[in-house]
Amino acid sequence: MPKKRSTFLLSVLCFGMAFLYIPMFLLIVYSFNYSKIVSVWGGLSTRWYTSLFESEEIWSALMLSLKIAIVNATFATLLGTLAGLALARFRYFRGRTLFTGMISAPLVMPEVITGLSLLLLFITLGDLIGWPEKRGITTITIAHITFSLAYVAVIIESRLSGIGETLEEAALDLGAKPLRVMMDITLPLLAPGMLAGWLLAFTLSLDDLVIASFVSGPGSSTLPMLIYSRVKLGLKPDINALATMIILAVAIGVLIAGWILIRQQKQRQRDAQLAGTE
Amino acid sequence: MPSQERDAFLDRPWKDSTAEPFIRIEGVTKRFGTFTAVEAVSLDIYKGELFSLLGGSGCGKTTLLRMLAGFEEPTAGHIYIDGVDMIDVPAYARPVNMMFQSYALFPHMSVEDNVAYGLKRDGVSKAEISQRVADMLSMVELLELQKRKPHQLSGGQRQRVALARALVKRPKLLLLDEPLAALDKRLREQTQFELMNIQDQLGVTFIVVTHDQEEAMTLSTRIAVMDHGQIIQVGEPSEVYERPQTKDIANFIGTINMFDGEVMSSNDSFLLRCPKISKPLKLPSQAELNIGQQVTLAIRPEKIKMTLEDPHDSLQITLRGEVLEFAYMGNISIYRVKIEGEVVLQITIPNLDRMAERKIEWDDQVFISWHPENSLVLRD
Repeated sequence: MPKKRSTFLLSVLCFGMAFLYIPMFLLIVYSFNYSKIVSVWGGLSTRWYTSLFESEEIWSALMLSLKIAIVNATFATLLGTLAGLALARFRYFRGRTLFTGMISAPLVMPEVITGLSLLLLFITLGDLIGWPEKRGITTITIAHITFSLAYVAVIIESRLSGIGETLEEAALDLGAKPLRVMMDITLPLLAPGMLAGWLLAFTLSLDDLVIASFVSGPGSSTLPMLIYSRVKLGLKPDINALATMIILAVAIGVLIAGWILIRQQKQRQRDAQLAGTE
Repeated sequence: MPSQERDAFLDRPWKDSTAEPFIRIEGVTKRFGTFTAVEAVSLDIYKGELFSLLGGSGCGKTTLLRMLAGFEEPTAGHIYIDGVDMIDVPAYARPVNMMFQSYALFPHMSVEDNVAYGLKRDGVSKAEISQRVADMLSMVELLELQKRKPHQLSGGQRQRVALARALVKRPKLLLLDEPLAALDKRLREQTQFELMNIQDQLGVTFIVVTHDQEEAMTLSTRIAVMDHGQIIQVGEPSEVYERPQTKDIANFIGTINMFDGEVMSSNDSFLLRCPKISKPLKLPSQAELNIGQQVTLAIRPEKIKMTLEDPHDSLQITLRGEVLEFAYMGNISIYRVKIEGEVVLQITIPNLDRMAERKIEWDDQVFISWHPENSLVLRD
């Protein structure tokens, strides 16, 4: 006989879901509203989507955001992987605990502080060595790399401790030099973790408003910055259309990342079983 | 040396003082911080041996093995393999291969690629690689599974892939870390004999780390018993079993009954006065003893006879006892017998007859006896 589900738990679940998703649902519905006034229903239409695709401002902001996100994700993955390797594989070095703590500090640091300190750094550097001349895409990208690499490092480290060192030792034992071991064994096993890290860094960068606002300069507004400034000027229905598109993109991204993570989890269990670390 | 004697040494080079050891471990110590994992170990191992390092967990056997493989550097001492000092030779350049306890098969490579990996690193030609991999896989009877990934194999199959991968490079020395620990009992026994056959066929020197004394006894030419980072006895399995040097070794390898007491003399022999037993026990004649010395008399359970009638044999030690419990194991029965002074002895009796007239059972009054030369004198 199936166990009776608690009505209480069920209603809590429904309430929670409603709380999370009704706002987004409203947004999606209103993005198809013909009326120019956001809160008045004027019939079904896709006119805001058309106007969205015609808006040069939005397109250039989107392109800027994507460019930053891709460069950021790539560099953060490279650097984060190196940091993760160091964390997981150097058995002991002076200041190891400090390093571990410091690499994860950006995860808990308020964004305002990260943004402000980076802004100060860029200004000081600009005065001292004349670089960066002006703030824009480069400074935003650098700022994003500094905090996303911490996330990547943590993912890589956990993946590496899951794999254990035995497989690398086995390769060494069979005559592979350390660099070879890295290419043949460590990196292939790390690939799912690196992909997950890349996707995470990519989304973090697309998402970021606070840090980007601090370190960007005139003429280089990322998509979140553009949306924010437009909303401040008054709601226009094309923003609803844009937001709907973003929701769609994020949903797809989350689904892919989730799928990779689940696969990675299974793989890790399998590897751990083989490596005997569990 | 007469040639006859030489021949006798062929199988047992460790008995020949002129034989050159293949592996020489010289005063090797390994410390991790303040913890000493291996302390001043010296050991000679000869070509073609199947040598076991036996000990409980944390005794340093695995650390010693890892130093031979080159994964750990000794804090002090030297390791020579085939006359070459290994101190500055990195793991990937040593003529040594290892079979890991967990097998450490590369999960993203097929069976075939796993086995071929070491040969590819050595720059062996493609044709030769595929030939040698196929030979090795057919030896371990896995040729038809060569395209599979490790996670598609059973435990026993993985173990054989690991063995093939370690042997395909024809190493001078194969290190095996608990090679049978992950297998079930039936497979373990079968694999034990396979390992011995392979070792015999290829003539590779094997060093096996194990905590399983039975495994060590069956497999090895010689056993080194380790405890707290030190080697406490080295010898052939029968030596270690029949002549353990300390109480710890006697207890660790098999089961043994012990009586503590003081040495006294009577006529031409030494006796042991055991405070719990009224009758002094005769000690074996070879032992070097002094009167008044505190020693332990030890006797293996299978060397004790148990009868319902008094054997009336003056050459044997005979005691009376009562059966507390017994366990029927099929081939043998294990009895626990209480003798005077609340001393409980373990005795194993082979079940020689299927239809014995009178089996010894609970609460039976019995006579137990043994020949003093079958007992041992142990010190702490």
